[in-house]
Amino acid sequence: MSKFTKKKSSELPAVNTASLPDIVFMLLFFFMVVTVLRNNNLLVKNELPKADQVEKLKKDRSVYIFAGKPSARYQDKYGKEGKIQIGDKYTDVTNLKFALTEARQKLLPELQDKVMVALKVDKETNTGLVTDIKQELRDINMLKLIYITSPGTEIGN
Amino acid sequence: MARRATPEVNAGSMADIAFLLLIFFLVTTTIEKDKGIARQLPPNEEVTDPPIIKQKNLFIVNVNKNDQLLVEDKLMELKDLRQAAIAFLDNGGAPAGSPEHCNHCKGKRAPDSSDNPDKAVISVQNDRLTSYKMYISVQNELVAAYNFLRNRESQRLYGWKFTELKKAIDEGSYAGNEEAANSKLENVQKLFPLKLSEAEPKSSGK
Repeated sequence: MSKFTKKKSSELPAVNTASLPDIVFMLLFFFMVVTVLRNNNLLVKNELPKADQVEKLKKDRSVYIFAGKPSARYQDKYGKEGKIQIGDKYTDVTNLKFALTEARQKLLPELQDKVMVALKVDKETNTGLVTDIKQELRDINMLKLIYITSPGTEIGN
Repeated sequence: MARRATPEVNAGSMADIAFLLLIFFLVTTTIEKDKGIARQLPPNEEVTDPPIIKQKNLFIVNVNKNDQLLVEDKLMELKDLRQAAIAFLDNGGAPAGSPEHCNHCKGKRAPDSSDNPDKAVISVQNDRLTSYKMYISVQNELVAAYNFLRNRESQRLYGWKFTELKKAIDEGSYAGNEEAANSKLENVQKLFPLKLSEAEPKSSGK
């Protein structure tokens, strides 16, 4: 009996939280370093195909082209056909040259010659659309392109 | 001198502030993962005198609108494409002694397949309705075939793997002389130059 009364009297020591800010700061710095603020509002569905023989993209000299079906909330307005998106708006194939030249001008001047076009195309898209884009790219002499993929392989699944 | 104890700054709310920032960055973070298959498009010029490529130096990959593969007039599964491409590129069919003879090839040296890797061309023909997923998978397998052969040669000549060194240079983690390594990479590339041609896609149904 006396055992219990004894325990009651002793107080539980408080957990020492002095190192909590340090831990939190460490996490904070990690996330600050790896953060890239999103600047593209996706208007198209963008599920990338998988590939494993990949190279890294040089971000400072690339222009992004998105393509795919319009996302679910835009489908009423734009239908379900594959669409091209550059920057924040839909672009037509005929308009592509203008939009690309405009996008290129936003890069650093010394890198504009080395521009690389990054194609982010949804895996359900038809190849025909991609071919049209490539034809336009050849017309304006932007010959370097990279098909952005997600890691993995399509074989076996 | 009498030393006065400085009052301690109350750091109790520091954790709260840090938490707030942490949560903000947690929410806005998208971790970089943009990687892909790089390609160089052919310039848009009229070729006046297209070089004639012998039938045996041409490896034709056809993809139809149902994502089926037809390789050299035979139906093929995607998983077999890599081996078929390696066998074709590595064949080295030119007879020993001729200027086209390929010394580093380890293939079957069949006379009805490619002469040497420099002459061998892989031609991919898509239908307009082929899915992009299939298109990328085919490209991936073909690049994999080239990478396999380049790895083999770089291993033999220099003792490292082509893809691994290239990755190290890309990521900036290569310790040695970068220029020397780059010129070695080019040497290996010359042994198996990437010759992928893409035909104008047929419209569906033809």
